[in-house]
Amino acid sequence: MRWKTGEYAGWGRVLRAGGKMARPEKIAALRATLREEKCPAIGNRRSYGDAALNGGGHVIDMTRLDRMIAFDEETGILQAEAGITIGEITRLMAPRGWIPAVLPGTGFATLGGCIGNDVHGKNHHGAGSFGQHVVEIELLGANGRTRRITPGNAPELFRATIGGLGQTGIILSASIRLIRSGSTVMDVRESRADNLDEFMSLLEGSTATYCVGWIDATARGESLGRGILEEAEIREHAVPITEKGAKSVPMDAPRFLLSAPVVRAFNQLYLRRVPPGGRRIDRSMQDFFFPLDRVHDWNRLYGKPGFHQFQCVLPPDSARETLHRMMEKIASSRLASPLAVLKRLGEGRGGMMSFPMEGFTLAVDFPNRRESAGLVQELIDMTLAAGGRIYPAKDSVATAEQFAPMYDERADFATIANAQDPDHRLETDLVRRLKLRSEA
Amino acid sequence: MKQSWLILGASSSMARAFARAVAERGADVFLAGRDMDDLQRIADDCRLRGAPCAEALKFDARRPKSFDAINDRLAEQDGMLNVAVFIGSMPEQAAIDANPALIDGTVTDSFTGPARFLQGFVPLMEERGGGTVIGIASVAGDRGRIGNYVYGAAKAGFATYLSGLRNRLTRAGGHVVTVKPGFVDTAMTWGLPGMFLVASPESVARDLLRATDKQRDVIYTPFFWRWIMLIIRLIPERIFKKLSI
Repeated sequence: MRWKTGEYAGWGRVLRAGGKMARPEKIAALRATLREEKCPAIGNRRSYGDAALNGGGHVIDMTRLDRMIAFDEETGILQAEAGITIGEITRLMAPRGWIPAVLPGTGFATLGGCIGNDVHGKNHHGAGSFGQHVVEIELLGANGRTRRITPGNAPELFRATIGGLGQTGIILSASIRLIRSGSTVMDVRESRADNLDEFMSLLEGSTATYCVGWIDATARGESLGRGILEEAEIREHAVPITEKGAKSVPMDAPRFLLSAPVVRAFNQLYLRRVPPGGRRIDRSMQDFFFPLDRVHDWNRLYGKPGFHQFQCVLPPDSARETLHRMMEKIASSRLASPLAVLKRLGEGRGGMMSFPMEGFTLAVDFPNRRESAGLVQELIDMTLAAGGRIYPAKDSVATAEQFAPMYDERADFATIANAQDPDHRLETDLVRRLKLRSEA
Repeated sequence: MKQSWLILGASSSMARAFARAVAERGADVFLAGRDMDDLQRIADDCRLRGAPCAEALKFDARRPKSFDAINDRLAEQDGMLNVAVFIGSMPEQAAIDANPALIDGTVTDSFTGPARFLQGFVPLMEERGGGTVIGIASVAGDRGRIGNYVYGAAKAGFATYLSGLRNRLTRAGGHVVTVKPGFVDTAMTWGLPGMFLVASPESVARDLLRATDKQRDVIYTPFFWRWIMLIIRLIPERIFKKLSI
């Protein structure tokens, strides 16, 4: 197998790694590659930080192992190779009346990545996390043996693999349970929230299947935490809608594009799209679930230095107060970009290292300026103090000390991962930074 | 009319992208090559994407005995027969310099093997009065260069063969598309130095479908390689012989 030598980055492009990458196109080639070099498997590199990086080492890009293997119309269980994207599954299966039970915010995430990060979607409060809909994983161990693990035959290993950041073995394929969908059109209701309190009440009161909020992270004073709530259901029957074509960002954008006045002006206009009394619109699944995928390589809008994303989940009782302080801090930093999301999470989680917990989750992007990493650090400390968690898939600045108290089962996870991979060949930069394989 | 596509060298990523594209249009697909486990995987994938029938078939360009079973299987199909040839091999020129016997295999894989297969298969298409042959040649065949002239010569031979085949098949109502891809992001080019303007296998597959629908004769994919190769062909030989491009 030929190894490509070069530099690669996480989606946020702040953290980079130099090393060697293989990209097998057949299972036989994957096995041959692993005989040469045992190393972590990565997907489409949609994790923002260093979850898919192995600086100075080797990685295997799984994106060409992307075939659907079997689908059972009775049970809705689809088996596919780990490199297929969740958007491709949706594109192919939705017209037949089936979609994945959980869809993350980008369709470019691979099936293996969705499992390894136990991603969640806009229906988390009802449907739980991605891993809760995985019925079987074909796992290639560091010892070269393949096992088909299920929650029944290997409960602990299964729970360590869901959200396990690739540390228990290489996911070759997985079987996931799809859900029925009547059409590929979403019936979306948009409402304005004038401030954080109103926003949270709307989120708490929502009974919609899919629910997500865009929050204006630049607004201050009485408008602090204002935004737009989107609630949606899949339409029973299709209605005609116009699909927009994909565009791509041809080059790194200049710095002024995300300067504070430009972002504030953009957010104003974005908010005004929705009339004060709200509105109802039909939107394609693609536009509703993967709004940013229409703009390929949108991470280049942050210019060469890249960007950070902060995402936390906060327990419900103290969330209101903590979010208030977080939004104050973010708005006064004048660093926020227009991309900021507030939504409710349920308690569903599929693995030991899964991010979700009952409460509210906030995600905000910051261009990588001198003060950005420090601001995210402070927000992480506030999360920790409030009994919340940060999301490894998004993080690039947390320390092991900040991270450890957020995940109760971290030591158990490390024990299982170390037993599966005793030579520590599957470790990534993130695993080393957050000391996820330390059993202490 | 029912369409069947035979895909030779179906394990390559370009062939896989094309097989998926025709499967989504509802054609039957026959995936021919050597790695039967892999071909079976692609067949399953094509069926799930909409092919009413998808089968893996054993094909080895260097073993003409493997050809008959494929002809027999395709002869059982109703409707129009089509074939797309994605095979070829490109050993490094240095390896060929060290072992000139590698030339035989390169020419068999990239030219004479597929030509011999097509020669036996085309009569089936003529009987049914149509169908399309897609042959993957290469920009490397447009001019012999120091870096890969054996592969280039084999692909040039294949391109000339396709031109003659087009002349023949047109009379029977069929069509031949000669495809000259530039750099495509496949296992063949992965990690090679000097790659630029690399196209995805999916974009190449889209170009192949469009060329089939519009009955184009010779296409470059991506299209701008036509202009790049025009410039390269226009360089006088007395200058070209001193260049290493």
